[in-house]
Amino acid sequence: MPQSLPSAIKDANELVASVAFRLSENIVIYPITPSSPMAELCDEWAENGRKNLWNATPAVAQMQSEGGAAGAVHGFLQAGAMGTTFTASQGLLLMIPNMYKIAGELTPFCMHVTARSLATHALSIFGDHSDVMACRQTGFAMLCSGSVQEAQDFAAIAHAATLRSRIPFLHFFDGFRTSHEINTATTLDDATLRALIDDECIAAHRKRALNPDAPAIRGTAQNPDAFFQAREAVNSYYDRLPAIVEETMETFAHLTGRTYKPFDYEGDPEATDVVIALGSGAETTAVTAAALNRSGRRTGVLRVRLFRPFALDKFLAALPLTTQRIAVLDRTKEPGALGEPLYQDIQTALASARAEELVPPSFQPLVIGGRYGLGSKEFAPPMARAVFDNLAAPSPKNHFTVGIVDDVTHTSLEVDPDFSVEEDDVFRAVFLGLGSDGTVGANKNSIKIIGSATGAHAQAYFVYDSKKAGAMTVSHLRFGPRPIRAPYLISSAGFVACHQFSFIHRIDVLERAAPGAVFLLNAPGAPDTVWDRLPREMQETIIARNLQCYTIDAYAVAREAGMGNRINTIMQTCFFAISGILEKDEAIAQIKQAIESTYGRKGRAIVERNFGAVDTTLANLHRMHVAEKATARHSMPPPVDTEAPDFVRKVTGLMLAGKGDLLPVSAFPADGTWPTATSQWEKRGLARLIPSWEPDLCIQCGKCALVCPHAAIRAKAWPESCGTSAPDSFLSREFKSKDLPGHRLTIQTAPDDCTGCRLCVNICPAKDRANPSRKALNMTETEPVLENERTNYSFFLSLPETDVSHIRLDVKSSQLRRPLFEYSGACSGCGETPYIKLLTQLMGDRLLIANATGCSSIYSGNLPTTPYATDSKGRGPAWSNSLFEDNAEFGFGMRMAVDYKTRAARDLVAALAPYIGDSLASAILDNPQTDDPQIESQRAHVGSLLEKLPSLAPNPDALLLAPIASYLVRKSVWCVGGDGWAYDIGFGGLDHVLASNANLNILVLDTEVYSNTGGQSSKATPMGAVAKFAAGGKAVGKKDLGLHAMGYGHAYVAAVAMGAKDNQTVQALAEADAHPGPSLVIAYSHCVAHGYDMAHGLEQQKLAVQTGYWPIYRFDPKRHGTGEPALKLDCPPPKTPLHEYMHNELRFRILAQSNPDHASTLASLAQERVRERFAHYQTLASSATDTTTSAKP
Amino acid sequence: MNPTLSTSYHGIQLPHPLVVGASPLVDQLDRVRAMEDAGAAAVVMHSLFEEQILLDNLVEETFVDAHEDSFGEAISYFPSTCRIAPDADSYLARIARIKEAVSIPVFASLNGRTDRGWASHAAEIEQAGADALELNLYSQPTSDETPSDEVESKAADIVRSVCASISIPVAVKISPFYTSLPHFARRLESAGARALVIFNRFYQPEINIEDLTASSTLQLSDSSELNLRLRWLAILHGRQALDLACTGGVHSHTDVIKALMSGATTVQMVSTLLLNGVSRIGEILQRVATWMEDREYTSIDQLRGCMSHSRTPNPEAIERANYVRMVTSAQLRDRFGPVKW
Repeated sequence: MPQSLPSAIKDANELVASVAFRLSENIVIYPITPSSPMAELCDEWAENGRKNLWNATPAVAQMQSEGGAAGAVHGFLQAGAMGTTFTASQGLLLMIPNMYKIAGELTPFCMHVTARSLATHALSIFGDHSDVMACRQTGFAMLCSGSVQEAQDFAAIAHAATLRSRIPFLHFFDGFRTSHEINTATTLDDATLRALIDDECIAAHRKRALNPDAPAIRGTAQNPDAFFQAREAVNSYYDRLPAIVEETMETFAHLTGRTYKPFDYEGDPEATDVVIALGSGAETTAVTAAALNRSGRRTGVLRVRLFRPFALDKFLAALPLTTQRIAVLDRTKEPGALGEPLYQDIQTALASARAEELVPPSFQPLVIGGRYGLGSKEFAPPMARAVFDNLAAPSPKNHFTVGIVDDVTHTSLEVDPDFSVEEDDVFRAVFLGLGSDGTVGANKNSIKIIGSATGAHAQAYFVYDSKKAGAMTVSHLRFGPRPIRAPYLISSAGFVACHQFSFIHRIDVLERAAPGAVFLLNAPGAPDTVWDRLPREMQETIIARNLQCYTIDAYAVAREAGMGNRINTIMQTCFFAISGILEKDEAIAQIKQAIESTYGRKGRAIVERNFGAVDTTLANLHRMHVAEKATARHSMPPPVDTEAPDFVRKVTGLMLAGKGDLLPVSAFPADGTWPTATSQWEKRGLARLIPSWEPDLCIQCGKCALVCPHAAIRAKAWPESCGTSAPDSFLSREFKSKDLPGHRLTIQTAPDDCTGCRLCVNICPAKDRANPSRKALNMTETEPVLENERTNYSFFLSLPETDVSHIRLDVKSSQLRRPLFEYSGACSGCGETPYIKLLTQLMGDRLLIANATGCSSIYSGNLPTTPYATDSKGRGPAWSNSLFEDNAEFGFGMRMAVDYKTRAARDLVAALAPYIGDSLASAILDNPQTDDPQIESQRAHVGSLLEKLPSLAPNPDALLLAPIASYLVRKSVWCVGGDGWAYDIGFGGLDHVLASNANLNILVLDTEVYSNTGGQSSKATPMGAVAKFAAGGKAVGKKDLGLHAMGYGHAYVAAVAMGAKDNQTVQALAEADAHPGPSLVIAYSHCVAHGYDMAHGLEQQKLAVQTGYWPIYRFDPKRHGTGEPALKLDCPPPKTPLHEYMHNELRFRILAQSNPDHASTLASLAQERVRERFAHYQTLASSATDTTTSAKP
Repeated sequence: MNPTLSTSYHGIQLPHPLVVGASPLVDQLDRVRAMEDAGAAAVVMHSLFEEQILLDNLVEETFVDAHEDSFGEAISYFPSTCRIAPDADSYLARIARIKEAVSIPVFASLNGRTDRGWASHAAEIEQAGADALELNLYSQPTSDETPSDEVESKAADIVRSVCASISIPVAVKISPFYTSLPHFARRLESAGARALVIFNRFYQPEINIEDLTASSTLQLSDSSELNLRLRWLAILHGRQALDLACTGGVHSHTDVIKALMSGATTVQMVSTLLLNGVSRIGEILQRVATWMEDREYTSIDQLRGCMSHSRTPNPEAIERANYVRMVTSAQLRDRFGPVKW
């Protein structure tokens, strides 16, 4: 029997990665949620020289896509190495072709998959089995784990079994619910792994390597005489596999004491009602069945561990013969099928069993199937009970759904939300915080403290927001004397903490508070005033549930302790002080020990600062006065304004209030089409400081509005006559423009939409000469001006939009246009969104956007609200996201459709010229539409056309023209995405469309990493930068995508950096749109993954250009043949050394910490590359080089 | 006959007085090896700035940590095992690497921020293998509430606590901006300092008159900066048992000789090495030796301090900081002896 093995409190991703790393020689990686952490850890471990089981460091390589990763896997397997990869969702789909090959060649291999939804009507980063079920036909063995412990254990079993069987394994576990759940697990040491792995099998695998010393050939092409028989030759390997898995599990049990089987039954040995399921849902169902059995029911759960190959005999051996009714739960949807995959397998299994007389003739249980948990939809014991209850009903509903309300096709089961299987001796706590306040980090720390101090089993699961700025987090923590088997959210907590006072007006903070629970609220101001500031509903809940309430002004304590806005230590101290989970003094000692351990190496000052915060916290934690009756006169405001459209109020509003789970199927569009312009209804009030305008200093440059990532500061020139009803606090000044006399200018902040990033203030060039610290924009406290600014902003929006169609296009005039991209969920200070916003200001009313998956697709398309907006005429950008890898092709297809319709419309106009008038037809057909006046003119002509067409109705051409006449106004089609798409996974498609003649524009928002998935290296990552997947510093230079595109000669190419020369950015976007062929604009986008204060992002952009790191240029093919070079450099030669740019960013400085010599070498090399690259550009640009002006904005 | 250049600096025997001062030059191992090859007697590492560590950690907390654990797809933005902000460990590791790479003495440098930080970091530096420690007592008083005595007392307290916590020699690098430098030097010696390094050079503000911004710059030194050092070397020499190191403005062999004559025990060079490469050490050393040999100096002790305040034939040249007719004071001295005020 095993020795007592070490335990750890970790998530499944880390535990699985640890096993996979130690059992691999080669690891190929590519980021995709939720599997990325496994790849990141392996890369870091390799960088740090960690060893595998054979005392060597595995080679870890990042590929350009999951397809590439699969190819590399296939290659290293053929060459006789062992290895792994990690993926999910669309990434797994990209691997399928190679999975067939790897399995077809009987190659030992194990991949680990965090099972995740596939993009259908929408993308979902969350968990279900859609992806893995799409692989069940590949020939891979499929092993499913359902908990954190199992995920680690099955990883080892899969690696061992694949070597013995030669069948490759897909080991999977539920994305997020298992991959990101932190739980107490017994870890596997090297000795156990070594004992599990068969060295002879390794030797055999190595011997099969392609090797010129003993040559063989694989990958032949076979003809009808051979292919079929050869395909059947693998059968015996699959026949043997279930026994091999079972034997491996038995060996594992001998080594560790943890027993698993290919099919594990748990429940009443003589159960009548059995649920069959995979993954964490089976765990939930098992604890539910146990609770039901305690009340006399006879239920059980059959967990399918080994899903492929499906071992009929082992399935039958596990299933009680007393079973009368079976419900099969599938966490996937197969539209149009007779049932989902597992259901169909079970039906087939039972039919086969009867046909082959493997069961008594009387054994004919009823089998029904249902779907649950798609896209991480919560699956908790009440839902599991509903499944059992349905099974026991006289006429059980087949093909049911559970966890939703399907009021359209009525598939859903009724659920009793009050049903609970939670045990009394398990402590349950829920924390609501902001991502930026450190709540999650503190809770990760707390469970380790409690776990180590008490020996309790611990579980933590974190629910994250869909927004990146001001994101809310909800932490669910459990502690108990036994292993915690509860892969579902806490619905009844003994401790609830709200770390942000503003939440109490937005969501039902006490929704999960159990009667008698302790409630901790971080509230500003005096503690004796807190009760009166609670909304009435909250007061009523506190009284009704007899909650013990505490309050602290954590931000005041943090400021006093020199902690800035980080309240994590303070709120953690409060938790330990009042939750009772540890004795108070011991808890404080433990916190201080944790602080010492976490910050000790960072210096005494930091440790002492945190110690001070702990001590001050206890002095400032107060019991909240609770009145006997609710006294508040104010209630929680509705989540959206009552003037919002019906759909926004009824659907979006409920989602904003955190009640989206309650929405029935009928509330949703069936095809994934949603209204745009909904972000305007979500007022988040994130900023403690907002910009305040000083009209007397303003020079009317428009830079503030240009750079705002959230369109939360705007400029408008408005007729003086409109100012009569302006609020008293509404500011304006005379608008300086010959084109618009009699106008006033207002720069106005949207106080509820500003995130307080300070980009606008930092870019503002206008200073008070007597006191340069005072600018035309200065940050000011939000609270005192909030109401006035709300009124002012409302009035600002009511003013007519400025007509700029006949004003020369520049930064200033561009910012008088209404942005049609507003209030997105992007990070505060985002470097990408200003470019998109500008795009919508220049051509938003005729814009189609194909958006690659990534940051830009998330802040553009992640519900509940979306930022693309419409103008006063109802026009605005039409937007869609296809995939990560296909965005250029997706946009190309849009362009094809638009071109076809435009061509058809033009042909019809020509044909109808005698009827609509030759002059109108000519005006439409001959308008080049290369600038705004021409576009406006075209709109007017098309308007006239549309007025005439009804009178021509009998004419079939007129009938055909009417629905497509709007395409006579030129549409601008843009492919938007990040560098991960453009440089890596989508490069092939991007290259292809650049090589075409399509009038397609490409905007690359280059953050130089995969920002959305957490900063993994791409081919845009610069030399010397540390990123995930490049933990040792990127040793090679960034790909010059622009130079590649220039090579075609016919494509318009620009590199821009708004912070360096904003007018050049405006020009480049306009020229790209006007260029009749493909255009590529590469936009420098600062990003939180660069590691500095985003408020200085634009200054850093300027430095990037000044150092020559990011030369800005425009390559315009129309200059061919004019005697001028097509390339025009828009910046002077670099005069500032590169290190001045690099030194400002942690991504570069990290390497100087860890490997100063390497950092220095790379920095020197990078400087040399900058010099060489600029010299090359100068040669190309020749006399067109702009060397006379500095790179001033 | 070759003159003897060997020097004892705060108890450590050096073959000659030329030391590479604190600078980024010491950040690269191959350059440190080159310094040794060029003949440097010792190297001073650039400072472990506790305040920089604090600031960088604040940056990490504010601009890295604050974005973590916020969004499900990006729980973090940097590799989890990377030390993002610098900590003392990287500095200590560098000491160990340099010690491993060269056999000349390695002097660490420390600029603390907190009382405990000074002493605890000093102890770590000693454990990491540094042969001596140079305390960089840089601070910029901006408050009109802080009296000068408080500034000096605090500095002395720091030196005392550091010296009590380590056994390797401690030198203190100071600025010239003390009201009574000789008295302050005595306080530092009483606190346990074995040497003074004079003087620290500071970043200076630069003003852009067009866009009304200020920036901070540090220019390389030139020989004109040496004179200030010479004065105070001369005044401080021989008053206490403190050794004196000269840093700032030493660019040539004549600069070295002047510093030694004024009383310097060792002479640190940085700017000239940045300008001319580390081989410059050997050139200057050779010229010093030749100069001494030509003038039949047999030992460096013969010239050290010969132009100090107590030995120079005209000490008023060292004392006077303002213009006075030198001829007048010389005549007075001839007539009445040293002038007393």
